[in-house]
Amino acid sequence: MGILEVKGVNKNFGGLKALQDVNLSVQEGTVHAIIGPNGAGKSTLLNVLVGKLRPDTGSVMFDGKSVLGRKPHEINQMGISRVFQTPEIFTDLSVLENVLIPCFARRDGAFRMHAFESVAHEGTINEEAEQILADVNMADKRNLHAGSLSRGDKRRLEMAMCLVQQPKLLLLDEPTAGMARADTNNTIDLLKEIKETRPITMAIIEHDMHVVFSLAERITVLAQGTPLVEDTPENIKGHPKVREAYLGEAQV
Amino acid sequence: MLGIGKRDTTILLVVAFMALAAPIILNPFPANSAMAQFNAGYPDLMQRFVIFGIFAIGFNILFGLTGYLSFGHAAFLGAGSYAAVWMFKLLSFNVIPAVLLSIVVAALFSVLIGFISLRRSGIYFSILTLAFAQMSYNLAYSVLTPLTNGETGLQVYTSDPQYLRGEGDPIVTHLFGLEMRAKETLELGPWAFDFSVGYYFCAILMLISFYISIRIFRSPFGLMLRAVKSNNHRLSYTGLNSRPYALTAFIISGAYAGLAGGLLAAMDPLAGAERMQWTASGEVVLMTILGGAGTLIGPVLGAGFIKYCENIFSKINENVLHSWFAALPDGLETGLVWVASKFVGEGWHLTLGLMFMLVVIFLPGGLVEGGQRIGRALRRRRGQDEPGRSAAKEPAE
Amino acid sequence: MDAIILQILNGLDKGSAYALIALGLTLIFGTLGVVNFAHGALFMIGAFCAVTVQRLMQLSHTEIDESRTDFLGNPLQVEVPYLESWFGPELGQALISWSVPLAILLAIPVMMLVGWIMERGLIQHFYKRPHADQILVTFGLAIVLQEIIRQFYGANPIPTPAPDALRGSVDFGVWLGFGPGVIFYPVWRFVYFLFSLLIIGGVFAFLQFTTFGMVVRAGMADRETVGLLGIDIDKRFTLMFGIAAAVAGLAGVMYTPILSPNYHMGMDFLVLSFVVVVVGGMGSLPGAVLSGFLLGIVQSFASMNEVKAILPGIDQIIIYLVAIIILLTRPRGLLGRRGVMEE
Repeated sequence: MGILEVKGVNKNFGGLKALQDVNLSVQEGTVHAIIGPNGAGKSTLLNVLVGKLRPDTGSVMFDGKSVLGRKPHEINQMGISRVFQTPEIFTDLSVLENVLIPCFARRDGAFRMHAFESVAHEGTINEEAEQILADVNMADKRNLHAGSLSRGDKRRLEMAMCLVQQPKLLLLDEPTAGMARADTNNTIDLLKEIKETRPITMAIIEHDMHVVFSLAERITVLAQGTPLVEDTPENIKGHPKVREAYLGEAQV
Repeated sequence: MLGIGKRDTTILLVVAFMALAAPIILNPFPANSAMAQFNAGYPDLMQRFVIFGIFAIGFNILFGLTGYLSFGHAAFLGAGSYAAVWMFKLLSFNVIPAVLLSIVVAALFSVLIGFISLRRSGIYFSILTLAFAQMSYNLAYSVLTPLTNGETGLQVYTSDPQYLRGEGDPIVTHLFGLEMRAKETLELGPWAFDFSVGYYFCAILMLISFYISIRIFRSPFGLMLRAVKSNNHRLSYTGLNSRPYALTAFIISGAYAGLAGGLLAAMDPLAGAERMQWTASGEVVLMTILGGAGTLIGPVLGAGFIKYCENIFSKINENVLHSWFAALPDGLETGLVWVASKFVGEGWHLTLGLMFMLVVIFLPGGLVEGGQRIGRALRRRRGQDEPGRSAAKEPAE
Repeated sequence: MDAIILQILNGLDKGSAYALIALGLTLIFGTLGVVNFAHGALFMIGAFCAVTVQRLMQLSHTEIDESRTDFLGNPLQVEVPYLESWFGPELGQALISWSVPLAILLAIPVMMLVGWIMERGLIQHFYKRPHADQILVTFGLAIVLQEIIRQFYGANPIPTPAPDALRGSVDFGVWLGFGPGVIFYPVWRFVYFLFSLLIIGGVFAFLQFTTFGMVVRAGMADRETVGLLGIDIDKRFTLMFGIAAAVAGLAGVMYTPILSPNYHMGMDFLVLSFVVVVVGGMGSLPGAVLSGFLLGIVQSFASMNEVKAILPGIDQIIIYLVAIIILLTRPRGLLGRRGVMEE
């Protein structure tokens, strides 16, 4: 039984079958990549997992509970954090405040009216936030405006915001999309480091094979809305079906 | 001190000093001099400064922090005024129950409107609040006449019951017998300073409101409100439900508006529907933006600035203008007076509209940002004079 | 039955005005992505074009009428409009009486110019700014425009009558097969309705059948792509702003016999027109027109004494109530696309 269990999920948009009978099981403590050519349904699947889309049929169980029909903030409170294709951070706030918010969310839940406490007096929360910034090497940037960071730093900050919540599952949506090679390698290093230092489960939706093969322990190949195969990276590399699906755009 | 940081304490103390010393600070010109018309230290005007300051401080908690632009907050001000006058009519002229009820009524009213309006965001939210405010305004003029006394406005009559009124109680608004209109005049040579009960009552409530707003700004709750404005999407994927946060901010700002409305009635026991009109909502938006939305002190500055300009500009008439430009050649004088007269007196609203546009165009951060820019420019100049000091960087705020 | 028809007719003139203003608002919003709170002021400026033309036409000089004398036996001094001395009394009088429709000739260039100045001078700098800033700056502009008008024309409503030939009412019911005297309807309101249909038809035809209109429609659907095609979309959008301003202005000109123009009529209509746009669906032109007429008629029904007896005050709030219900249950409006202006 995996921490995330997707069973028989179907999703149609008008006549388009975006997802067909998708089954997927992510084991606790592993890095699981979901790959596939453009239009394979990766983003649709992700949006189903985070509660943004509701599948027509099927079930999505996380940690023994269904995520269907829950709002994004409820799903996050269950223990799923998400990293976006383009980093989503609070651009008007300082770097430190960006990580304080998830700290409060973890401690206080979806809503709590602490209108008279001072943020500065929240000792443990501030320590936690400072610690995570140190972990991602951003301690010196704590007072900067988050909007003024470089793209690589924004990605780092977003990661920190997710990690500080100590999620049971971290979903990454093409974390290196549109990045230069150097930034991509930095991100890979960061993710590797996270994987080695923390007991974390990750599901990565990715297009870039280099990223996938550097990180993943299990790979699911999605094509035309259906999972084609699921296996270890070594076996996937030589798999004929995968080559077929990627025909013409393979980097394998 | 008081559970707030050092800088905030300084700001609070400065505001407190300004508010308490206002009768002196705002009357820099001798009472009989030609410049006396620029004095602002009389109770009626100072009361408006602080009352609208309260209104703007509250509005800033919603608009400045969460970015939700409400065009309907005048409805809460109006509701507060009506509630206060009803207290005067039913209980007594004591202002305490009136002010308390005005806060409660406005808060309840804003729960209703906020709950519905916050189902949408962006421009839809603005239009929903606008629609609600116009509805309230129209209703106050028509069906709700038994409650609002329609076009005449709600006021206290001698025939009103005033069940709690004691034998010797004053027949004007008072605080446990202390009349709101009572004042002490201090004459120092040619200067005259008025210290009025009503003003200090309002000023102290303004300081309390300001202190509460500082606490909210620096609290985890305030941080969440700023996060709502910055990136609502990220907020929900961080496990936070933005709607109750925004709704709480809406209710708090509604209660502030109610307090302001109640105080208006406490100073002058009248309430009319025109206080609810959407252009009145526009005015508080302007105050907040002019001062600096999202800053602590901005709304107070904005409210004071606008109410002062309103007072000065509306007072000036053509005769005053002629006396100013009298030294100029006749033709030029007539021309200048003609142009200037369009902006003063009844033309004050024209000036207000222009100010509104200029601020939004050139100074979206308001007076506070303007001050910071000037400060930076000055520092830069000083830095050039003394090269050694330019290295010291300002901490990011 | 006759009562229903009467209410529908009564709703038409207000509905026409709503539809015309909402049409312009939607054009501006759809093409430029700008929320224009000064649009009501354009309606008001149009109305004052009619006032101006009326005043110009009535400009008079003093003449001594030898044929009449005052009670002392001196020849009477009379004010004679220039138009009468130039064109003779009959034609002169007719021109004066037709000043409202004639004001259209003035309003079109004036409104296009006002629109052009507004777009180039102010609005274009706000395309990239948040909607809140757009709302605020145009709100400020609306105040400025209405105050300028007040400075020059005063605060009181100025009566601007319809042409003599189009005053009074017709027995509309007879045409529909009812008995005489059942449904009376003022001629001018009917004229206004037809006029608005003409304008609406004109705008739609223009968008449908000209290359210019095609580009604008494409731009409304997907601005970036059209820009990529190498079409200078901005210039066309500027003209579109002028057209939208002219539509609002013409709506104002012709409305003057129904409502004597005052300086704050723009604000009064603006709030309602926004409600109309939202109900119709932000960015949908047919939606704006449909909901304009619909809300006009709904409002007219709500003002019936029978309805007011059951729900007192309903006539004052019905439009807002409809808008609130629509926004909450169907945020995209009657005919709007999903997701316009929603984050």
